[in-house]
Amino acid sequence: MTTEGTKAGGVSAGLGDGDWEELVSVALLGTGRRKASPGALLDAAAVQTVRRRAGLRPAEAGPRPDPAPRDPRPAPPEAARRRLAQLLAGRTGAGSGGGRRGAAPDLTELLPQWLAAAGRHGYRAPHALVPALLDAARARTDLRAPALALAGARGLWLARLNPDWRFALRGGAGGAGELPDPQDRAGVERLWQEGLFAERVALLGLVRAHEPAAATRLLTTTWATERAEDRLMFLDSLRVGLSEGDEPFLEEALGDRSRNVRSTAAELLSALPRSALAGRMAERALACVGPQGVTPPAECDAGMLRDGVVERPPAGRGERAWWLGQLVEAAPLSCWRERFGGLGAAEIVALPVAGGESWREELHAAWCRAAVRQRDPRWAKALLGAASAPPATAPGTASLAERAKLLSVLPEAERAQWVAEFIRAHGLSEAFQLLGVCLVPWAGTLGRAVVDALDAAREAGSYPWSFSGVMGLAERCLDPAEAERLEAVVARGAAFADPAEASSGAAAYWAEAFQRLVATLRLRAAMLAELAPA
Amino acid sequence: MTEQGVRPTAEQVLALAPDDASRTAGAKLGRAGPWSQIGGSASGLVWGLCRGSGSTPYRTVVDVGGPAYKCTCPSRKSPCKHALGLLLLWSARGFAEDGEDAEDGEVPDWAAAWSAERAAKAARTAAAAAGPADGEGAGRRAERRAARIGAGVTELEQRLEDVLRAGLAGQQQAGYGPWEETAARMVDAQAPGLAARVRELGTIPSCGPGWPARMLEEGALLHLLNRGWLGLAGLPEPLAATVRSRVGLPGAAAEGEVVRDRWLVLAQYDSVSPDGRLTTRRTWLRGLGSGRPALVLDFGPPGRPPALALPVGLVVEAEARFRPGTAGLRADLGERSAAAAPDRVPAGVGTGAALEVYGAALREDPWLDAWPVVLGPVVPIPGERGWQLADAEGTCALPVAPVGGAGGSRSGLWQLAALSGGGPVTVFGECGHRGFTPLTAWHPGCPEPVALG
Repeated sequence: MTTEGTKAGGVSAGLGDGDWEELVSVALLGTGRRKASPGALLDAAAVQTVRRRAGLRPAEAGPRPDPAPRDPRPAPPEAARRRLAQLLAGRTGAGSGGGRRGAAPDLTELLPQWLAAAGRHGYRAPHALVPALLDAARARTDLRAPALALAGARGLWLARLNPDWRFALRGGAGGAGELPDPQDRAGVERLWQEGLFAERVALLGLVRAHEPAAATRLLTTTWATERAEDRLMFLDSLRVGLSEGDEPFLEEALGDRSRNVRSTAAELLSALPRSALAGRMAERALACVGPQGVTPPAECDAGMLRDGVVERPPAGRGERAWWLGQLVEAAPLSCWRERFGGLGAAEIVALPVAGGESWREELHAAWCRAAVRQRDPRWAKALLGAASAPPATAPGTASLAERAKLLSVLPEAERAQWVAEFIRAHGLSEAFQLLGVCLVPWAGTLGRAVVDALDAAREAGSYPWSFSGVMGLAERCLDPAEAERLEAVVARGAAFADPAEASSGAAAYWAEAFQRLVATLRLRAAMLAELAPA
Repeated sequence: MTEQGVRPTAEQVLALAPDDASRTAGAKLGRAGPWSQIGGSASGLVWGLCRGSGSTPYRTVVDVGGPAYKCTCPSRKSPCKHALGLLLLWSARGFAEDGEDAEDGEVPDWAAAWSAERAAKAARTAAAAAGPADGEGAGRRAERRAARIGAGVTELEQRLEDVLRAGLAGQQQAGYGPWEETAARMVDAQAPGLAARVRELGTIPSCGPGWPARMLEEGALLHLLNRGWLGLAGLPEPLAATVRSRVGLPGAAAEGEVVRDRWLVLAQYDSVSPDGRLTTRRTWLRGLGSGRPALVLDFGPPGRPPALALPVGLVVEAEARFRPGTAGLRADLGERSAAAAPDRVPAGVGTGAALEVYGAALREDPWLDAWPVVLGPVVPIPGERGWQLADAEGTCALPVAPVGGAGGSRSGLWQLAALSGGGPVTVFGECGHRGFTPLTAWHPGCPEPVALG
């Protein structure tokens, strides 16, 4: 703002004509030095101040931001808007709660589901909530893709104005608006040459989705001049949509200067069962493993090194076992049927291994890694074994983390079925990681198995916090339709509990935990219903 | 809000919450689960039993017309989370038309008893106010207080002159301590308005570049107020009332002008005094018929938020009684009842006109920092060194007041930018010598206001 008339003529004696700057400098140094009266100075300053304020005029407007592009998507219905505001406010307010969780749902965990559901309906974020959404996405990387998709053009427009939200402009779903059309050769070429690293990764993904061969062509143009860590990242981005068309480029990368680049290229090639590298690995692996037993490689030759085998084992492991593991892991699983006289995966896995237990373990662990890498459901199933058998006797591995990886290779229905059987046999305490790879919502058999197992745990007198991980997961993942059955369980618990016990700890805590679970399921159902277009 | 038909929205209910924790807790109770025997009456009572951790459920009752709350829970917050949850539940679906779990409008005894007690208390207060005052005694007390304030004012003038004689340059070193002492003296002199200004003045030297000019401005205005008090007898009445109220002797509400209107709540925010002892809640209203702005103040001691909670966007039909002085802004609301929300965005003025209204208001109250203005259509312009609100047509703009004062926030500014998307919006806020503080905004074409921040 500017001021009209900064002069206050003849207001004060001995203070010039009352020019404001003059008044300030006198005030700063003190009227004592000027032999002026402080009262007169204050009088003059008061007149000046009120005059200046009363005479304020608008300032010159700065450059205006370009208007945000129109977002044609509809805003969510009123009730859903309010819900999102609540979920976003709950995100920041969560810290104030603390301590034992009550019977009320945990709102922060529902945000990802809301975002995903709103995305499925094709809504845009309500404009007023875009800043809160960007803040949430900044704090939680798992929210970024759905939050940015929902915020859309308005979100990107805001992110360009606020450095705090710059992440939204980098790569991923958010940057998609910035990228040229994949068929615009000049535009692609320019961004590839001049873009930031994240933009180039996003560009590569876009071009690759459009025409895989064009992506490797693009990579080849600058490959020799890229930094080693960038080469590694580019290579890593080829995992998505990996195909046999990528083989020549990857084969080339086996001769790279950087060891990490070489081994990543080898790993990608081994995931292509028909690649030349997979063939070479099969040959080496077949020489070591057969119906007669295991003969690990005697040395790590130059060919093995070039194909990505790491020579030095980690501390505590024998080098020959280490090499064997790498060969078997990289060999296509399809090569074993013939080697073992036409046996299927399950039968091969069930065979005893001559040479002792440790060789069996090495071999099966390598097959597990191969099944995951090659996404082979038949081998994965064979290595998982029966869900009801004790984990220690599992054919592949007893490690829950490894088994969760194997599970993720199975088709969804089979996965849920396997986990449901596992829970029925072993209860929930071991099931956390396995449940994590199941598709949400847990419906049918799996949902029932979880509810029954929780009920069994209650009856057995355990405390609910022993299951807090599974409980939290169940709140987010259980099919809301299970709320009915859960309420029946709660009612049954209340009816049968003997009064003395009911007032004691466990029963009350279980009641609370089940209440929260039911409340959260109902909330999720309400949340999804609100998003339905009116 | 005495009509069952007019229910607040969930936002309006949540805005009643005294703090974030109760907002979250209340939101969690806003579902049927823990509630039983809920009901509502045509007279504006809403009640229910809420199952908590104890064996007996809490009895919660809300008079939505007040709003006033009563709950048997031990929380000292008002409204407590149970009252909020009950209101949320009611806002979501109403009780009267929901025959299933409602009690057919039959008020339970405990709720009726509370309501009757409230009515009796209100009647007593009204009777006391209307009854004959102790005229002579009151006059003597007022005289004594005026004398004490006069002594305080004289002392303060002396202090200001001393500071200026020595020069402001020494102020950064002298620090806040001496000013706090002076402020305490003003409290003793029963001039809380002066005390607050002294505290503000004392904080200026630590407020960054340009502080000497700001300190001279504020010091001079304080001097002007002192002189106003000392020459009170010679001032015309409205200005004299302004001086009295600025010093800390607010005029009796009974003397003020009464305006009956439908009042739209435009903004509400809290600020805490520098010493943390007092929370002031400002509620900005605008008369839909008269177009008149009104400021309702409410206060709360530390840790307890002020009781008055009117959510943005609510319209209440009420008599506003304006206090004398202070440019006719400060008002108290009488008995309230709900009214229909407006169906259009309020008409805004341009940036030039906004400053002119502020300037004109300074004639009546030169100590006024800002004036409430509906500005629009304007385009928010974010900037690293300061934001602007520019007229949609033309080249004029108002700077946005630096964040950190009372009201307004950075997140509110970004919300405003998000709403605008670079296009014109209508904004309500305070327009003053520091710039414009946006508090509320409207989507183009949507009459529902969005509270910023």
